[in-house]
Amino acid sequence: MFDFGIITNWIHTQLTAVMSEGAAVFLECVIIGICLLLLYVVIAIIMIYMERKVCAAFQCRLGPVRVGPWGSIQVICDVFKMLTKEIITIRHSDKFLYNLAPYIVILASVMAFACIPISRGLEILDFNVGVLFFMAASSIGIVGILLAGWSSNSKYSLIGAMRSGAQMISYELSVGLSILTIVVLTDTMQFSEIVMRQADGWFIFKGHIPAVIAFVIYLIAGNAEVNRGPFDLPEAESELTAGYHTEYSGMHFGLFYVAEFVNLFIISGIAATIFLGGWMPLHIPGLDGFNAVMDAIPGFIWFFAKAFFIVWLLMWIKWTFPRLRIDQILTLEWKYLVPIGLLNLLLMVIVVVFKLHF
Amino acid sequence: MNITLDLIVFAVLALFIVVSSILAVTTKRILRAATYLLFVLFGTAGIYFQLNYSFLGAVQLLIYAGGITVLYVFSILLTSSEGDQAEKLKKGKFIAGLAATLAALGICLFVMLKHKFLSPVFEHGELPVREIGHALMSAEKYGYVLPFEVISVLLLACIIGGIMIARKR
Repeated sequence: MFDFGIITNWIHTQLTAVMSEGAAVFLECVIIGICLLLLYVVIAIIMIYMERKVCAAFQCRLGPVRVGPWGSIQVICDVFKMLTKEIITIRHSDKFLYNLAPYIVILASVMAFACIPISRGLEILDFNVGVLFFMAASSIGIVGILLAGWSSNSKYSLIGAMRSGAQMISYELSVGLSILTIVVLTDTMQFSEIVMRQADGWFIFKGHIPAVIAFVIYLIAGNAEVNRGPFDLPEAESELTAGYHTEYSGMHFGLFYVAEFVNLFIISGIAATIFLGGWMPLHIPGLDGFNAVMDAIPGFIWFFAKAFFIVWLLMWIKWTFPRLRIDQILTLEWKYLVPIGLLNLLLMVIVVVFKLHF
Repeated sequence: MNITLDLIVFAVLALFIVVSSILAVTTKRILRAATYLLFVLFGTAGIYFQLNYSFLGAVQLLIYAGGITVLYVFSILLTSSEGDQAEKLKKGKFIAGLAATLAALGICLFVMLKHKFLSPVFEHGELPVREIGHALMSAEKYGYVLPFEVISVLLLACIIGGIMIARKR
């Protein structure tokens, strides 16, 4: 596998040759921040285009076709439309919190996005408590949603925010439990290390039964945590108009919209990283020729292929199942997913202690 | 004393924390106070990250920013009506609060300036999670298994208490 660490190290040595260490680190932080935001936007645009096309395919439609070949420039035009729209300020609302809320949501999303290892040497935040940090970062978004609902001074927004918040807090638990199941198997919480341990087989194969159960729980809970799929109650149009972002317009609405799509990508990317090996190619122990062929494909292609495969899976679920009621959503989480997740954690501990994994 | 990047980052974080804390206690609206409190907690987490103790920083974000602030906001949303504003402080209360704050500041400054700190022996690099986990669960010297268990019993009692209160008769 090509190690991108060589390139980043080369840049670092070149920079330190012409300036002091501190200035070089500062400059690198700025460059990485810009690259991160650019990647964030590009992925958001790809995700929105994909959503429209996949949705259209499931409903036997064509989707956007007019602008550009196969409608590929449609989303970029939509972005410019969104950027030029007026940002409406609501009377009798808390202006400060109203304007702040979308940025808290985006901050949480970008912080979680920075945790994902894209290729070898292309990790931005790689703490040895990476998994914990990822969960911490993604839990901040709830505050933004609650503030958005409250500060809009509208009943629809408030009810939408409360429902959304309750749902996200609940499903965070299942996401955490299923990630923890894999942490038990790997005995590390560092994302780069988790990927490296999958060199001789992805965890979904190595951990067999408990890993598969954890994967399914993760997909359900992750889908619910980003307020999508059959769990998109916060946006139930017929009863709550648009949930917590009813009153938002222009780019402030755009930020919520973008964050939602990139959160879906983050959930899929983490699933790809911890269950399907991240950027690690498919290796089968014993078949050296096959492994060498697989190694020839660059890591980031493996990563994006896996991540977008899971995105496609989640979109399939979204456009197939009808929406759940709020009490059904909470029942599913607290009465089914959490007990199953806890038992599954125990099962994984037994598997690891008695060395029943591959 | 030369200015390093570390120092600048610390100064920015410290200023951020101080300004947010002052805003948190002076604002009239309770939800804004909760938001400023969130900023203070962010800043504290930032200082932990700067000290290279990413475990505590992540826990700070997870428990305080992601947990306790959400709890505050939820309870504010459920209990207070819109446009709820704090009543104006009486002069006596204001002076008493100010005096208590200044006294606390004085004590802190006195202790910090008087105390002879050990020369900083930093071990650069992150503390491995394995070490933290062993310290939390070990019963030997510097082991934290007793407080850990006591806190878990306390949390269990809280959960049972919550169910007792919320249960329909």
